[in-house]
Amino acid sequence: MKTVFELSKEGRSAYQVPSLAVAEYKLGEEFLTQAPAELPEVDEVTLVRHYTELSNNAYGVDNGFYPLGSCTMKYNPKVNEITASLNGFTNLHPLQKKRDIQGSLELMYRLQESLKAITGMAGVSLQPAAGAHGEYTGLKIIKKYHRLRGDNRNKIIVPDSAHGTNPASSTLCGMQIVNIPSTADGLVDIEALKAVCDENTAGLMLTNPNTLGIFDKNILEISKIVHDVGGLLYYDGANLNAVMGVARPADMGFDVVHLNLHKTFATPHGGGGPGSGPVGVCEKLVEYLPNPVVVKDKSGSYSFTEPENSIGQVKAFYGNFNVLVKAYTYILVLGKEGIRNGTEMAVLNANYLKKLLEKYDYKKDQPCMHEFVLSMKKVHDETGVSALDVAKAMIDGGIHPPTMYFPNIVAEALMFEPTETESKETLEWAANLILSIIDEAYTNPEKLHNAPAKAYIERPDEVKAARDPKVSE
Amino acid sequence: MKYSKTHEWVKTEGGVAFIGISDYAQKEMGDIVYVELPEIGASVTINESACELESVKAVAPVESPVTGVVSEVNGALEDDPALLNSDAENCWIYKVENPVLSGDLMDEEEYLNYLKTL
Repeated sequence: MKTVFELSKEGRSAYQVPSLAVAEYKLGEEFLTQAPAELPEVDEVTLVRHYTELSNNAYGVDNGFYPLGSCTMKYNPKVNEITASLNGFTNLHPLQKKRDIQGSLELMYRLQESLKAITGMAGVSLQPAAGAHGEYTGLKIIKKYHRLRGDNRNKIIVPDSAHGTNPASSTLCGMQIVNIPSTADGLVDIEALKAVCDENTAGLMLTNPNTLGIFDKNILEISKIVHDVGGLLYYDGANLNAVMGVARPADMGFDVVHLNLHKTFATPHGGGGPGSGPVGVCEKLVEYLPNPVVVKDKSGSYSFTEPENSIGQVKAFYGNFNVLVKAYTYILVLGKEGIRNGTEMAVLNANYLKKLLEKYDYKKDQPCMHEFVLSMKKVHDETGVSALDVAKAMIDGGIHPPTMYFPNIVAEALMFEPTETESKETLEWAANLILSIIDEAYTNPEKLHNAPAKAYIERPDEVKAARDPKVSE
Repeated sequence: MKYSKTHEWVKTEGGVAFIGISDYAQKEMGDIVYVELPEIGASVTINESACELESVKAVAPVESPVTGVVSEVNGALEDDPALLNSDAENCWIYKVENPVLSGDLMDEEEYLNYLKTL
């Protein structure tokens, strides 16, 4: 397939600008670029066919099953697109007067309130643009909280089963990272935690349930250990889909939480983004939230306010507003009972698929939450077919591959998160397909080493791509 | 040659320690695509990360089996990280002069027995 630049023909265009009704104003030479911008020039039909072909070659939740673990690729209801397309939301300018945008401010306020109710937190900022940005914002808040108390503690504790963004965000925030090992269940090793908790501990970052899909039952003890040395608890909301509407991070002892609206709240994800990663905080941290926060005054009108010790602005204007509209729609459509029901279905679906695939399950002996991990170690040892080969073969079968080689504590890991929006039939079809691929590992391993055979792009040389990347002509 | 539980090896010759990773480590990691070498003159500490290796699967630290100051690094690995996959136990990553060795190292036989327990 050609790129849009390769399709370019000089002078072609997909639009016509009407002739000027006023006199042309000439800018000074100093404002003009010396060479024309290198933009593709194509006619409308070529442009439409180009993007249609791109979309035909892409794979999304609207195409089929997408069990990418820890990414919560649930279906995005189309009603969310309808509300987000309403003129009153789309024809706005961020610098418009507050009195003209009361409806949009009300939506932001109501979403803040909804997220407070869901997490149990005392305050919420809608600004962060995605999950890792939420982590960064939350860590900035933790850091400023300690600093304004004249405390220079700088250590962030991260379990080895954590999402890779946790240590990355901490580093970007200038914190020192201390890794602690997990138990075989992927739970926090309490003794290891006690050993590293001291007066220099700024906080602990935790995903609960963890990346093995197991709820850390010791969370209240963990919370006490960290709080007793003056540290704060950070909740990575990546796996909130397992507990939303059933349990609240605040009740587990968390002080800061980020949510991924593009995962848990059914707004588009991946190529369909952008994301949105609101941050919620407990009472004592509300004054540190990024500014501005939407408030409602006694007369019922809405405005922006700057929290007293705000860490400042973390994104231009007010976050990814269009995504906020979709997430708020999702919350309203489901309501309190619907959200809880969605969570229960997500956990039920994961356990059903886990049971169907139990022969390769890493944790056969216990139920999971919203996701689970298979280990292809035995298959790999016996046939040479790796988790990567199985994942690639799933593409030929019409399933998006699961998350691979994560968490690191499981050899040849394949991590599945079916989400609540898949039917029983889909789960059974997927399980049969996966089992037949694994059977094929014993009869025709070569085919799996070369999979996918039917995809638009066949097996790329990932080693060469990583060792010798060619990012431009 | 001595091995650590985290799969590094160390060999000393004339007061200089050579540090690399075991064959088991390179197999577990898969194709190594990038080696972030320590800086010459940097201090390394027993059981702390001295540098990082990146494979198609994961990023993993090289936990130093010795304490001391890095005197030399194997620059060839920057251009050709695959050297670690083809001959891990003959491919040193960094050298430390006047090293203090970890007291928790195994000889080859002990290490091979340890691998059987994993």
